[in-house]
Amino acid sequence: MGYVPHTDAERREMLATIGLARIEDLFTDVPASVRFPDLKLPPPAQELEIEREMAARAARNFAVDPSLSFLGAGTYHHFRPATVDYVLSRGEFYTSYTQYQPEVSQGMLQALFEYQSMICRLTAMEVSNASHYDGATALAEAVLLALNVTRGERSKIILSPAIHPQYRAVLKTYLRGTHAAKVVGDDDGTAGLDRLRSLLDDQTAALVIQNPNFFGQFEAVDGLADAVHRSGALLIVVTDLVALGLFRPPGSYGADVVVAEGQPLGIPASFGGPHLGVFATRLAYVRRLSGHLVGETVDVDGRRGYVLTLATREQHIRRAKATSNICTNSAVCALGAAVYLATIGKNGLRRIAELCFHKSHYAADAIAGLEGFAVNPQSPQQAFFKEFVVRVPRPVAEINRQLREHHNIVGGYDLGGDYPHLQAHMLITVNEFNTRAHIDRLVSALGEVVR
Amino acid sequence: MIRTTIPTVYELSVPGRHGVDLPTPDVPLTPFPTSELRADCDLPELSQIDVVRHYLALSQRNFGVDSGFYPLGSCTMKYNPKINEQIARLPAFAETHPLQDPEAVQGNLELMFELQEWLAEIGGFAAVSLQPSAGAHGEFTGLLMIRAYHHERGELKRTRILIPDSAHGTNPASTTMAGFTAVELPSDGRGNVDLEAVSVACDETVAGIMITNPNTLGLFEEHIQHVVHLVHECGGLVYGDGANMNALAGIARPGDLGFDVMHFNLHKTFATPHGGGGPGAGPIGVSARLKDFLPGPVIEVQGEGQNAKYVLEEPKKSIGRVSTFFGNFGMFVRAHAYIRRHGASGLRANSEHAVLNANYLRVRLRDAFAVPFDRINMHEFVCRGAVGDHGVRAFDVSKRLLDYGFHPPTNYFPLIVPEALMIEPTETESKPTLDAFVAAMHAIATEAKDDPLLVKSAPHETPVRRLDEVKAARELVVTDRAATPRR
Repeated sequence: MGYVPHTDAERREMLATIGLARIEDLFTDVPASVRFPDLKLPPPAQELEIEREMAARAARNFAVDPSLSFLGAGTYHHFRPATVDYVLSRGEFYTSYTQYQPEVSQGMLQALFEYQSMICRLTAMEVSNASHYDGATALAEAVLLALNVTRGERSKIILSPAIHPQYRAVLKTYLRGTHAAKVVGDDDGTAGLDRLRSLLDDQTAALVIQNPNFFGQFEAVDGLADAVHRSGALLIVVTDLVALGLFRPPGSYGADVVVAEGQPLGIPASFGGPHLGVFATRLAYVRRLSGHLVGETVDVDGRRGYVLTLATREQHIRRAKATSNICTNSAVCALGAAVYLATIGKNGLRRIAELCFHKSHYAADAIAGLEGFAVNPQSPQQAFFKEFVVRVPRPVAEINRQLREHHNIVGGYDLGGDYPHLQAHMLITVNEFNTRAHIDRLVSALGEVVR
Repeated sequence: MIRTTIPTVYELSVPGRHGVDLPTPDVPLTPFPTSELRADCDLPELSQIDVVRHYLALSQRNFGVDSGFYPLGSCTMKYNPKINEQIARLPAFAETHPLQDPEAVQGNLELMFELQEWLAEIGGFAAVSLQPSAGAHGEFTGLLMIRAYHHERGELKRTRILIPDSAHGTNPASTTMAGFTAVELPSDGRGNVDLEAVSVACDETVAGIMITNPNTLGLFEEHIQHVVHLVHECGGLVYGDGANMNALAGIARPGDLGFDVMHFNLHKTFATPHGGGGPGAGPIGVSARLKDFLPGPVIEVQGEGQNAKYVLEEPKKSIGRVSTFFGNFGMFVRAHAYIRRHGASGLRANSEHAVLNANYLRVRLRDAFAVPFDRINMHEFVCRGAVGDHGVRAFDVSKRLLDYGFHPPTNYFPLIVPEALMIEPTETESKPTLDAFVAAMHAIATEAKDDPLLVKSAPHETPVRRLDEVKAARELVVTDRAATPRR
């Protein structure tokens, strides 16, 4: 049954070795009153039945065509080279555990070391860990690092409202365990960088922005890091890794910690997980870093090799005094991102960023020309990367339903739920999957559904 | 395994190479905001065959469950069914976006709802949230719920969490993150948490206890019901570390033992792959009194049968969100398929055989490797890895096992057993595999007497030999020197 290989004869022999008559006799320590419950679960099914059932269940989802999806807001459909899944399907990688035995884990260790190297080059930072769960938890850990670095003497966190709303929500959950921490800035959904800068003081542990921000636009970051550092705080930047193929990296404008969702680098949307929390910082903070870190070294014969290093930061050594409780991370997604970056390469990532930029601007111009629609109405002068805000003449939910039911299109994200001042505004994403013809279909469908 | 050093992707990089062709823009070009551009981005440049050969070579230097026996205690390195990988990759699952209208993802929500229900049934809980992404993430989530529960009742003085000294390191670390103080409890002579110590520690400052059952010695806590009673009586709650649930699924329900909250490790008990360290998934189950504090959203159903509609619900007093979206959906698909494959009888059979295999190994190994708590164990057991009179330690035995083609057990944990080797075979290993492992362990025990240097300098057959960890920490090379300096 299932994947248990034992034959009756083997089972008998093993029980005899132990000195027991029946397999049930192994459980006499379990109180009899609760032993062997009658679980109400569906009966066992064969693999072929499961395949059929799962296919039927999956068919109850709307079948997303990435070329006709304009929904992003933190998770993105991007082209995934076949090399990625080829590597992720290698059992040597995906059925292994954390690299506590480096001699038989050099493959994963080297891959993660290369991942760290590529993330550092991409973000212009000095050290990257070997992954967090996802973008939001990476941000939460970055803020905990800032509180840790300022040794609990500073408790104020200035948070831009133009950070992904669900990242902010996760951060606030994480801070429930930290007595003093106080979040300011994002209570006003329209607050810009000037307002956030005015909140800096000697109690501030970190100022956190997203760039390009949640609405897809570039923030005016020049001089920001200086102001933050003058007040003795850290600058934490949530970024878009695809944008960094073309646009300036947070390390170049003074970020102390850079976090991101690594999913766009070759990982499927997969209904929101598993994804990849990217976390990079300065070497000065390496001892306060959370999560695994791979370092280069040599073996007794002088051969190059890799190990998990600075383990004294981690929970299995430091226990209650660890920098974080994280153990299981998102290693195989980090491997996927590494294969993605190695395949796409420097010019490929730049090309993808260019495609996103040009196509999204083409789409924005076309939508702006529709009667009743306006693009980035709050900040028309601010440059954007691949996402933009559209004011629509009807409720977003209604428009999206019609796009889906009549045009097979996944419409943009409804901003009204998170930002009261953005009722009837949607966030539209355009990427390399969306050809001109697909964009034209969106534009004409939008015109049609509001007619 | 290949012995030559494998060049890094940066060392393989040649300017001008590319791994994949991409389209040219099919729309009019828009001028870039020049002040936002970067000068250069130092990523490697490789051809596609370079990429494939590179990662294939790396995979050949890595050991997984698919490579061989992996008896890593407390990690439950069981077989990962291949069909689950295939199903999780179905485009109709993998391409769904977490922010789609719930009406457009009813298949996903139904799957998640069923998994919530099934885990609640298996654990004996009133409700489940699938959101935490790992065991430690589930611990942190559960502790925040315990905190919210006490705060709602005005019991702000409950700041201490009791933790047995045999606990996983994540327990005290999660406790600190959740704003509590960890209080360590000793173990008794039979490997249980010391009942007297629990009794003394229980007072009005106790928020709860974190307990792993079976504990990390692989032993079922003989006084578990008494411990739960003592903690409840002083007003505390009981957190169960579900890391060792592979001994209990179908055998006993933690909820029936009085546990208030517990995380499941889908990557252990329910065979989702460990992925070289992750992603996992750490759903939490709770008793009725904690239900309203669960992180949201959770999945609820309205209507029945053909008219059933799955919706997202925010629990009334939710502690808030702990993941960007719903947690690791791809792992939910795999775990769902796994539970469906086994049913109640199959899950029980899995636990039974996991426990059978572990006891078989204990009995076969105990003459050569002392077992400090030598009684019927559950899915794992702990023996001493120090053998012979020539200073061979658990570390050396572990390294020598690599030469015999086995992944070593967890070593030097739990901390309460010096020179610990913690062995968890899981149910998917056959008797011949276990016998081969026993033979290797016996051979190593003999070598430890006859040729201790051979063991102390192991491994000899691996792609690299013992690595200089001190150098790694001191020199701290954490990015490839072949990459150009940052700009």
